[in-house]
Amino acid sequence: MPSSRRQFLKQAASGFAGTVLLGACAATPKSRWRFFTREEASLVDLITEQIIPTDDTPGGIEAGCLNFIDKQLVGAYRRHQNEYRQGLLGLQNSSRGKFGKTFQELDWPEQTDVLDAIEAGDVEAADWSGVSPQRFFQLIRDHTMQGFYGSPRHGGNKNYLSYRMLELDVPHIIGQNRYTQGLDKPNGWIN
Amino acid sequence: MANKHVNAIVVGAGAGGGVVAKELAVNGLSVVLFERGRWQTYDEHDNDELISQRTTVLGNAFGPDNERHWRLLMDAHGNEHIVLPNEWGYNNNAACVGGGTLSYGAMAWRFMPQDFKMRSTYGSVEGSTLEDWPISYQELEPSYEKAEWEIGVAGDDSQNPFAPPRHKPHPMPPFPYNKEAKMMQDAAKRLGWHPFPIPMLRNSVRYRGRPACIRMRTCVGFACPVNAKCGTQNTVIPEALKTNNCILRTECTVSMVLVDDRGHATGVEYFDEHNRRQTQTADIVVLAASATETPRLLLNSKSRLFPNGAGNNSDLVGRNLQGHAYTGAFGLFEEEVYDDIGPGACVAICDFNHGNPGLKGGGLLANEFIRLPYLFTGIRPPASKRWGTEHKEFQKKYFKRHAQAVGPIQEMPVFDARVQVDDTVKDFWGMPVAKLSGHRHPYDLELTDFLSRKAETWMKECGAVKTWRHQPGLGLSGGQHQAGTCRMGDDPQTSVTNKYGQVWEIDNLFIADASLHVTNGGFNPALTILALGYWVGDYIVREWRGTKFKS
Repeated sequence: MPSSRRQFLKQAASGFAGTVLLGACAATPKSRWRFFTREEASLVDLITEQIIPTDDTPGGIEAGCLNFIDKQLVGAYRRHQNEYRQGLLGLQNSSRGKFGKTFQELDWPEQTDVLDAIEAGDVEAADWSGVSPQRFFQLIRDHTMQGFYGSPRHGGNKNYLSYRMLELDVPHIIGQNRYTQGLDKPNGWIN
Repeated sequence: MANKHVNAIVVGAGAGGGVVAKELAVNGLSVVLFERGRWQTYDEHDNDELISQRTTVLGNAFGPDNERHWRLLMDAHGNEHIVLPNEWGYNNNAACVGGGTLSYGAMAWRFMPQDFKMRSTYGSVEGSTLEDWPISYQELEPSYEKAEWEIGVAGDDSQNPFAPPRHKPHPMPPFPYNKEAKMMQDAAKRLGWHPFPIPMLRNSVRYRGRPACIRMRTCVGFACPVNAKCGTQNTVIPEALKTNNCILRTECTVSMVLVDDRGHATGVEYFDEHNRRQTQTADIVVLAASATETPRLLLNSKSRLFPNGAGNNSDLVGRNLQGHAYTGAFGLFEEEVYDDIGPGACVAICDFNHGNPGLKGGGLLANEFIRLPYLFTGIRPPASKRWGTEHKEFQKKYFKRHAQAVGPIQEMPVFDARVQVDDTVKDFWGMPVAKLSGHRHPYDLELTDFLSRKAETWMKECGAVKTWRHQPGLGLSGGQHQAGTCRMGDDPQTSVTNKYGQVWEIDNLFIADASLHVTNGGFNPALTILALGYWVGDYIVREWRGTKFKS
């Protein structure tokens, strides 16, 4: 895949360059995350919470969706690194453009507004480069869902909290139903 | 050191290849069975929804891997792009011992007699290469029976008035219904339809030394933790190995069939587990590498007599790629319809496979396998918001209060839906990758429209408070039910092999997978592929005039 690899490297390089220009590597403390800077991580945490909010059951933050995405971005989703880097910049630009504040400073309905606009592509084109707003939204929404509902081994769904929310047995109890619930036996059933 | 010459090479240890290898080995032929994947176990991926064969976002549980096995996909605008095995459009089938049969849903359908006679039943369809099979249901029936008894099927045809005639009943009793299926059975009967338990290649009782199913939620797309699912990896392949006539070479990727200047296959070239180029010679070569990889192998096997690929002098290899247009309807309910008894799919109707007024063909309808939590995030009525409070409320309220009636329609074959090879894009070993291009026949959408309406009627009769239909688009078909790319026939001008899977132009080269399918039925194809394995294997054994295996 020579052409796509080259393109990827080019994009990745420009992504890293962008980070440097914004000073993320200058004087900020070292990030505890594998891929995200501290700034990016706080942003992703809030986005995942918007995508799956806390109500009477936990939401995206408590499930560890940020940890899932961060872990996959240095693993199976390495190819999406640049889209995240650029997308989070775009999101922050859109937030400032719309409300004059960073996404972290917005209240809940304002954050929802920003995400609605990004999902619809209803943003200033100049604020976004390297990834389309719709594409970025779809990525982070899908990845948040995967982190929330996937196996905890991938870094999210802490203690299977989404399975508890759905009232599915945790751990998966198998075999029990064969003799605890009186199943109808169709024709031909021996024993 | 050179490999010892053998009687037969079988490429691909999946449904077709596993059966052929066993049939040849027990009848005394020496066999080398090649598999590019390896033996797989439940422990490696257990119940991990994100790495299964159903949801592959973090990878394919049972191969192939993303590092070595890419393909080219041509989209509707003629643009080509590279697709990886876990991406949509790759048309993946598992690459491991057992192939798809390790992790499939295991529905065990016999095609109906009309499915072998589509052209003579319905006439021609413009823009389609619709044709009859060169064999009838009656001819294949003994092979179906052998597959059912040797691999193992639980079922009961007596409740299905549309079931094709059979000599012996299924070897195991059918599975009892779960809650959703009971509801759907009752509703189907009220509608005057004929519900019955889906035949399954899965043990309902202890059978041939393996235990009964424990009704896992995670079944389709996963390996079975107790080995109750019946595939070639736990039936015919071990049996073949037991004869000492068969050697299984895993992690060995066959790259071409070697054809000499007299037009005979002399063996294959392959890359072993250390990526070393090797040669294996044999008297016979049987390809069972899937409806994408079998034609790719033929097309990559260029020789003096076959400059366009082995058996391809009529430019037919790789054409008529088809699969199944899946269609159906969802329903939402006030009451819980979910009881966590897996794998979910257990009731079906065949009322709409054939005899639909004004229509050519049709398909079965069944309740669906359990929709796991991540997959369920994609199941929403049209125009729903897919995140935020709305997402979460829906997820909580309807995970246990939804059902789906779904089925595959029999597609109309399209000549230009095809597998080609592309010299400009090579795989890890330097072999041209498969290039997929084409689209479905528009007629398929008439059938999916029809069948999805029936599915919606079914959901409504069940008492659904909201229903919506789903249909695929006109994009290229294939998927796990890929078929048709080396069709069998009576005429060398319009088919790649004769009725026994013997390549017209190379008489010691055989095909034994879904590539042979002329049409693909309105059913999941696994049992038909297994039956074709017996059919082709039986023919080779009958016609075999070589020397017996000497060790």
